[in-house]
Amino acid sequence: MFRNVAELVALAEQHQVKIAEIMIRQEIEVSGLTREEILAKMDTNLTVMEQAVERGLGGVKSQTGLTGGDAVLLQNYINSGKSLTGPLLLDAVSKAMGTNEVNAAMGIICATPTAGSAGVVPGTLFAVKNQLNPTREEMIEFLFTAAAFGFVIANNASISGAAGGCQAEVGSAAGMAAAAIVEMAGGTPQQSAEAMAITLKNMLGLVCDPVAGLVEVPCVKRNAMGASNALTAADMALAGITSRIPCDEVIGAMYAIGQSMPSALRETAEGGLAATPTGRRLAAEIFGKPKTKLKDYLV
Amino acid sequence: MKYRSAFDIIGPVMIGPSSSHTAGAARIGRVARTLFEKQPKRVVISLYGSFASTYKGHGTDLALVAGLLDFDTFDERIRNSLQIAEKAGMEVFFQTEEAVPEHPNTVKINMFDDNENEMEVIGISIGGGTIEITEINSFKLKLSGDPAILVIHRDRFGIISSVTSVLSTYEINIGHMEVARKEKGEMAIMVIEVDQKIEDKVIDELRSLSNVSRVIRMVE
Repeated sequence: MFRNVAELVALAEQHQVKIAEIMIRQEIEVSGLTREEILAKMDTNLTVMEQAVERGLGGVKSQTGLTGGDAVLLQNYINSGKSLTGPLLLDAVSKAMGTNEVNAAMGIICATPTAGSAGVVPGTLFAVKNQLNPTREEMIEFLFTAAAFGFVIANNASISGAAGGCQAEVGSAAGMAAAAIVEMAGGTPQQSAEAMAITLKNMLGLVCDPVAGLVEVPCVKRNAMGASNALTAADMALAGITSRIPCDEVIGAMYAIGQSMPSALRETAEGGLAATPTGRRLAAEIFGKPKTKLKDYLV
Repeated sequence: MKYRSAFDIIGPVMIGPSSSHTAGAARIGRVARTLFEKQPKRVVISLYGSFASTYKGHGTDLALVAGLLDFDTFDERIRNSLQIAEKAGMEVFFQTEEAVPEHPNTVKINMFDDNENEMEVIGISIGGGTIEITEINSFKLKLSGDPAILVIHRDRFGIISSVTSVLSTYEINIGHMEVARKEKGEMAIMVIEVDQKIEDKVIDELRSLSNVSRVIRMVE
């Protein structure tokens, strides 16, 4: 079993296989299932992701009305041909938001690695798909590569917003996506690690401050930025840019930052955007009474 | 390692909006029901930490009750679980606690049956839908939701070996095992995580052992 990114990369290099293959072999060993069963299981998850993206691009609205419909706005904008950043990037952003809009509307999604960050991996996958034309098998491999890197973060740091802030959720998702994009685009295992390091470095310190405690604001738009961060970092790594701080040390830094983050910024809806005047007003409108305590007004 | 499978990271397939506060909560509820071995008549759910502050926004309450009704994480009935519970004759009470728990996503579930028999289960949701049961009836333990057998027995010599020899007869490998007791000679508990599927006949044979009062099979 690989314990960190360095071991993961070394295993892939030593056996001359993709990172996805290392993850699949480990899964066979741990679960006792056959390769076919494991691939079929991931295929099911891929189908769920596909359907969520499709539903999001069709336009959804959450029960509170706080989120929904932004994926559609962005698709319309891409089709107008006026976009500044280019269609692939915005397509990824739109599909990431669409997935999270479905999640916010209590629709069916696949957590990657969490529900709050479920947009980034499928968003980027279904956007690069149009350019790289992968087979179904290669798309399934994309998810195993993402899983391998997420596995390292989950076991060495955290993938929970309540424990480590948004850096642990959207940060992890973006890092996983960046590594998987690099592999699908033909990069080396080490380049995947560089892409994840570059992505995570730019997500460090991101707090989890959901307005009214809902996985809506700012989660949907954080998935948008997670997807664009992942694509940019993947391109940087493929260009030969490396991270001065090794990937495993970036993960270590993320863990330490999460540990020192105050509870108000770890999914309690007590700090950050949740504590802004508008955040509090929205919470009061949704739940009938403010979620803050009297002492908050006396400071 | 806390996470062992690729599907802990890519997965679960679930109803939104939160893997820890919705899917994880549903899983804790479902494991609690499995431990209770039936649908409780009355349930008191105490929420701690982030669960206490954000449960409404995440549908944690709906998900916990859905789990207690034996629904999976992707069951669309999660959205209406409170009404379904009411129709099914399961009374549910929620309370939020001020105490600061060891893990921010902690829930205590007290279940009662028709005869007021009680079971208390404490669970934590550690991220991405992965959960752990940390306490059953004040016994501290660790149950991850992987295939396992829970044996409740009297604290006597030789019981651990008689249980493991049954498993060895059926060529079942033990991955992790824990034993706990409250007082010497009183009630004790064994948690055995295994690699294989456990057949009914194995469970029946374990139940027939002397001094074993209950055997519960936990499945994924």
